[in-house]
This record gives sequence, structure tokens and C-alpha cells, in this order.
Amino acid sequence: MSPGGSRLAAALVVSLLALPALLPLATALGSWAAPTGAIWQHQLEHVLPRVTANTVLLLFAVATATAALGTALAWLVAGHDFPGRGFFAWALLLPLAMPGYVLAVVYAGALDYSGPLQTALRAAFGPGLDLPSIRSLGGAVLVLTLCLYPYVYMLARVAFETTGARTLEAAQSLGLGRGAAFRRLLLPLARPAIAAGVGLVAMETLADFGVVAALNVDTYTTAIYRAWYGLYSIGAALQMAGLLAALALAGLWIERRLRRGRDFAASRPGGGLLPRVRLRGVRAALATGAATAVLAVAFALPMAQLLAWAARSAATDLDARYWAFVGRSLALAGSGAAVVVGAALLLGYALRRDGRRWVHTLGRTATAGYAIPGTVLAVGLFAPIAAVNGWLQQAMDHWFGAAAPALFLHGTLLTMFVAYLARFLAVGSGPVESGLAGIHRHLDEASAILGVRGFARLRRVHFPLLRGSLLAAAVLVFVDLMKELPITLMTRPFGFETLAVRVFEMAAEGEWTRAALPSVMIVAAGIVPVVLLARRVTHVA
Amino acid sequence: MPASMSLRWILVAATLALTFPAAGVRAAESLVVYTARNEQLVRPVFDAYTKATGVEIRYTTADAAVLIERLAAEGRNSPADVLMTVDAGELWNAARRGLLQPVQSATLDKNIPANLRDPEGRWFGLSVRARTIAYAPSRVDPKQLGTYAGLAGPEWKGRLCLRTSKKVYNQSLVATMIAALGEARTEQVVRGWVANLAAPVFANDTALLEAIAAGQCDVGIANTYYYGRLVKERPDFPVRLFWANQGAGGVHVNISGAGVVATSRRAEAATRFLEWLSAGEAQRHFAAVNFEFPANPSAAVDPLVKSWGPFEADPINVAEAGRLQADAVRLMDRAGYR
Repeated sequence: MSPGGSRLAAALVVSLLALPALLPLATALGSWAAPTGAIWQHQLEHVLPRVTANTVLLLFAVATATAALGTALAWLVAGHDFPGRGFFAWALLLPLAMPGYVLAVVYAGALDYSGPLQTALRAAFGPGLDLPSIRSLGGAVLVLTLCLYPYVYMLARVAFETTGARTLEAAQSLGLGRGAAFRRLLLPLARPAIAAGVGLVAMETLADFGVVAALNVDTYTTAIYRAWYGLYSIGAALQMAGLLAALALAGLWIERRLRRGRDFAASRPGGGLLPRVRLRGVRAALATGAATAVLAVAFALPMAQLLAWAARSAATDLDARYWAFVGRSLALAGSGAAVVVGAALLLGYALRRDGRRWVHTLGRTATAGYAIPGTVLAVGLFAPIAAVNGWLQQAMDHWFGAAAPALFLHGTLLTMFVAYLARFLAVGSGPVESGLAGIHRHLDEASAILGVRGFARLRRVHFPLLRGSLLAAAVLVFVDLMKELPITLMTRPFGFETLAVRVFEMAAEGEWTRAALPSVMIVAAGIVPVVLLARRVTHVA
Repeated sequence: MPASMSLRWILVAATLALTFPAAGVRAAESLVVYTARNEQLVRPVFDAYTKATGVEIRYTTADAAVLIERLAAEGRNSPADVLMTVDAGELWNAARRGLLQPVQSATLDKNIPANLRDPEGRWFGLSVRARTIAYAPSRVDPKQLGTYAGLAGPEWKGRLCLRTSKKVYNQSLVATMIAALGEARTEQVVRGWVANLAAPVFANDTALLEAIAAGQCDVGIANTYYYGRLVKERPDFPVRLFWANQGAGGVHVNISGAGVVATSRRAEAATRFLEWLSAGEAQRHFAAVNFEFPANPSAAVDPLVKSWGPFEADPINVAEAGRLQADAVRLMDRAGYR
């Protein structure tokens, strides 16, 4: 293909992939025609100052905490040997399988005044105890950090392991100590991966409704829902969501500008896994203790609580239908992950091929859906698709008269997948892009000289180098889809129930202990692929 | 002739395959329900209807606000026949947006009291949800209790628990208070509540009732069915219900109800379905499955629910809760009720 032709193809691919995210943004833009002046005046005066402060604090605290925790754990596991390391390498990813809203409910139940911990403390030390409430901004930071740090951990670990070996060797041959090599070389090299992870965390935090609602922290997102559910103004809600997505895009753009010229592709990636230092004595105990503590509070203890609740309702609620719920959840998450990662790979290559600025801006926009609260995104996407369906129906009625079949595009799995793409392309793109960034263009030139081009280059040169990143992307999207609720809820065909839908059914009427059963199954069904894939991520070339 | 034999068989099989599902669809009448009342509460009733009439009920669940946007987006292509919600405000909003159609039914008008249905017949209450005061009998003498507004008094400083104002149940409570007391007085009351809070507002009524039981606060406001579930599980649960505003306007009630979708092509069948739900065993079961009160006064009440005693309910039309809801939300924002 000629360079011009391939650029055109690349621009076309980017445009197509950006369409799902552009649709809800267009709906949001169109919503500015709605008369919402009075609502905005009220929001500006009584709501936005407080929720904006909360949102900024939450965002900053969660981003900082996940960056620190995720990177520290990644370096601990990638660069050191300590008792249990092989187990923790994959087990530290397990919190990914736990939906944030479930973790929040477990924490609220366990740590609130009426919960078992405080009740026991009061029994032991008297009623005067005044502990900070879990239902607070601090509580939300804790819960979001515990369920989101694996994004950073996973991407940083892959980066350390794949680019670290030769770099470390070179640094040490120049007389740099291991600590100094980490700070001055490995960390900067892993920066794109860490930034990608923190970017995902930030967008998920912005869009989060489940965690902050369960802990009753008012954020910009809860204000969006309040405008919609409380003030009956979907227009104001869409406007606010559009602003949120625009802010997220601006944030991503600034982050990239700051990073420009400071990203390095390791000229010779691979070279085997990073050599690990064996920790001994107190340091080994500390390492194992720290990993155990994180795993306990983020996963094991909440899981134990969920199991205890699930056991109570299993006798009445667990019926044969559950196998179908599990099957549908797995099938949806699996096929959704394949679609999203495939699209992310296409997007990554198209952007690598076409350097024009507008194409790149469009490419960024394609990932903005991750910062839009799920329900708002679902409505923003549903409305235009239903409108198209209406037009098609009119055309068909015109041509075929009464014999025309009723069209129902918007209630099909197709719509569901388009919405998944709009929401989760960011999750797939992060790892794929940082993987592609690690492949130096010299390698492309070298393979071109050897006559390896196009698809053969993808298969023989890029794919082995990208395998880790692709698997990381697949794991992240898969578990996100297992937990996904609002899009599935709105676009599923009749009677199409998944585990997450079951959680909704129980939680909608506040029956949280009964929601534990499907929650446990989400985690259990999500664990197997997470473990399998996480272990393969370790064995990258 | 083996070749033509197999061809004939293929033709027969193809015809059967193509016509069988079509014939199947034609034989059984069916209705599509969009429901915000969740699956485990509606499915037993839907199944009973199918058993009694042969009409199949297909349904999808989601928040009412989402279902309403879905109906609006689908327009006349919507497959929905019935919209079911757990709040009068949402039905009011759906009707206001032209998504529900008026229904003329003597049966529904007879079975459902006038204040629990739309004056224009676009939606009907099917069960009643009462929101009242809950208290810890070990620390509160019920003689101290009276009205919702009374909980704003200084004697409740540091003793009151409330659920978040984001929940529609509190929005409709405050909306009907605006209707009864006026906006200025209601804002005063809500400010008083906020000043009396013993703990940050709760995400759900169950957590609030648990907090009263644990001693974090002494009184609170909750829907009775949450209390019913807790008492069913733990008969010694140390919290009691107090019927608020007796002789002073009555207990605030909301409804779980339904209306016929404007674009439904099976409006008659949908109306028959609502009529069936409004009477007899279906009406009893619809409420009892969640410890709610039947909307039809002649239907039997669940024994546990009955044990809480009779009460005077606010006779205001529940549609008012929808009409004043946005005012209530803004009022609560101003008063700092989160």
C-alpha cells in the first residue's frame, strides 16, 4: 500500500473506532439545547463547590495512593525474591475481580458503628470510642485504592520485567547500585506504563458511582445522578457528563504534553527476565508481610465476609438458573474482551502509522468513554442508536407498508458491544499502547530490510513482544466486563440475566446480604481467567 | 427415488422450522413489562398470571429513570406495554413526558383508592410503602414522638439518623411536607434534622435501622418493609415502629405502581393485567412478598405487617410527590441535607 493510502486507512480506522465514544459525547453536546439554566444556577450555588472539592481530593488521593502502592508492589515482585513471591505475583491481581461497589458495601458493613469490629471494640473498651467513619471521603479513598491499585501493579510489573534486565545490567556495569538504577533508569522507563495505569485509575474514579454512593460521599458523578433522578433532568445530567469527559480528555492531554520527550523505548527489550535479589531475614519477612496485608484487606477478608453472607442466602437463592448466569457473564466478558483488545490493537497500529495531530486527538477521544459514568454513557449511546432504528423503521414502513418487520436494533447484543467498546477501549488501549511504545521503530526498519513487513511483521516481530501487553489488556477488560452493570442492564435482550444483573436485582431493594451470592460468583468466575492469564504475563519473552 | 425423497424431507423440515416458532408466537399472547420493581418481587406474580391466563410476561429490569429514557428513546418502536416503578414520582414523570396512556377501567377505579392513582388514569398504585419513624424502645419513650417535623426539635440533638437525601423515598417525604407545611417551614424542619444528626447520613434504610439497634442513634425515618425484613430474620430486633403524624396529616406513603405505555399495541391486554394485579390473591401476594401494604383496601395484609397496627395515612394524592420532587431536592441541597 502506498504511504498515502495506508495513512488514509489508518485515519479511517481511528475514526470508526472513535464513533462509539463520540455518539454519547454528541448526545451530551446536543443536550445543551435543553433549558437547564435554573438547574445550573442551583448547582453552581449549592452543589458544585462542595462536590468539585470532594472529587478533586478523591481523584488526587486515589491516583497518588494507587501509583505508590501499585509501583511499590510491582518492584517488590519483579525485582526481589521472598517467601511466597510466586503466589503473590498473581494473587495481588485478585482485587481486580472484586467489584468496587461490593467492596464498599462489605467495608461499610464491617467497619461502621453497628458493624462487628466497632461493636467488639465497644464491648471491650466502653461506649466512649469515637472512631473515624468509613462512610467518608477517607473511606472512599481506601476502598477505591484497594480495588484499583492492580491496574498500576500489573502494567508496572510487565514494564519492569520486560525492559529491566538489560537496563539493569548496563547500569550496574557503570557502577550504579540497584536502588539507584531503579530510581534513575527503571522507574523512568516504566513511566509510560505507570502513567497508563494511573490514567485508568483516574478515569474509573471520576466515573465511579457505586463506591461513593455506598459510602455516601458526594462527588461530581453523584451530582450528575441527582440532577437526573432527583431533578428529572436528563439534559442537565448529560451536560454535566459531557463536561466531565472533556475535563478527563484535557487531563490526559496535559499528562501527555508533560511526558513528551521523556519517554524512552528500550532499544533492546527482552533479554530475559529481570534478575531478582533474594531478600533475607527481616527484609524477607517485611516483604511477605506487606504483600499479605494488602491481599488480606483488599481481597481475602472481604471475600470471607461475602462468603458468610452468601452462605445465608444460598439455600433459597441458589438454583439451576445460576449456571446460565455464570455462562452468560463469562461469554459476554470473554467475547467483549476479545472485541475491545482487538480494537485497541487496531487503534494502536493506526496511530503508530498516522502521526497527524487530528488523528491522534480523535484516537484519544475514542477512549474518553471510560470517564463517563456508565449509566449516562448507556443512555447517551442508546438514544442515537434508537433514533437510527426509528429512521430505518420509517424507511422500511415506507417501502414495505404494514408487512415491514419491527426493527429492534437497540435491544440486541450488537448495541451492547458497541457500548462496551465506547466504555472500555481505554482499558484495552493503555497496555497495548505502552507495549507498542516499547517497540522501537528501528526494529520495524530492521525487519523491513529483512523483507518482513505488514502482517508478517506483526506476527513474527511485534506479536511476541506484545504478548504480555495484550494479555494484560485482555485480563483488565475481562474483569471489568464481569463487573460491568449499567450498560448490560440497559441494552440486554429480554430475560438475559448475568451475575452483575443479579447483584443489581438484590441491591436495588437494599438486600445486600442476598447480593453477596452473585457477587461471590462474579469473583470466583473472574478468578480463573485472571490467574491463568496473570501467570502467562509473567512468562513474556 | 431416494433423491426426491430426501428433497421432500428437507422441504418439510424447513417449513416446520420456519413456521413452528411463528405459530408458537401467535398462539400465546404475551406482554412486555419494563420494571423497576426488581425481579425477585415481580417474578412470582408474573408467573402466577401466566399460569392463570396463559399470557406470557416478558420483562426487563433497571432503575426507573433509565427505563423512562429507554421508552423515550424507543418511541413508537418500543416493545413495552407496561411500565412498573417503586415510586409515584417516576410514574408522574413518565406520564408528564407522554410515555403512559390513560386507561378507562371501572375495575381499577374501584380497587385502587383515588389518592393512589393518577387522576387521569395513566398509572395506578399496586402496593403502598409507608415511611415512618423508627425508635429504640430502650432509650425513647414513644410519648416523646409525634411528627416528622418534631424530629427537628432540640431534644433530638445528636440522636437522629437519616438516610441520604439522594434516595427518592426521602425526596417524596419532603415533597409532601412542602405540600402540607409550605416551603419555608419545611426548610426549617430539614435544617433542624440536619442539626440533630448523630452520624453522617446512611446509604440505605437497613443500615440506618441497624444503627438505631446498635445505639448510634435513638430515632430515624425508614420504610416499614426494611424493618419487616429485619424483624422476620431477628424477632428480638431492638427497634420499634411509631406511626408518624397521627391526627396531624397521617403517615407518608408512596406506592409501587404501574401504567400502560403510550405506544403499546396491546393496551387492552395490558389493562387486563393491571386489573388482575389490583384484586384478590395477586394483590395480596404483590404486597406480602416484600412486607408492603396492598393498595386495594380489601386485600389481606401479611400477618407481620398487620401486627404493626392500623394507622392513618396521608390522604394527599401521591402524584404530588412527583410534582414537588425537584423542589424538595433543591430545598434539601440548600439545607445541607446530603
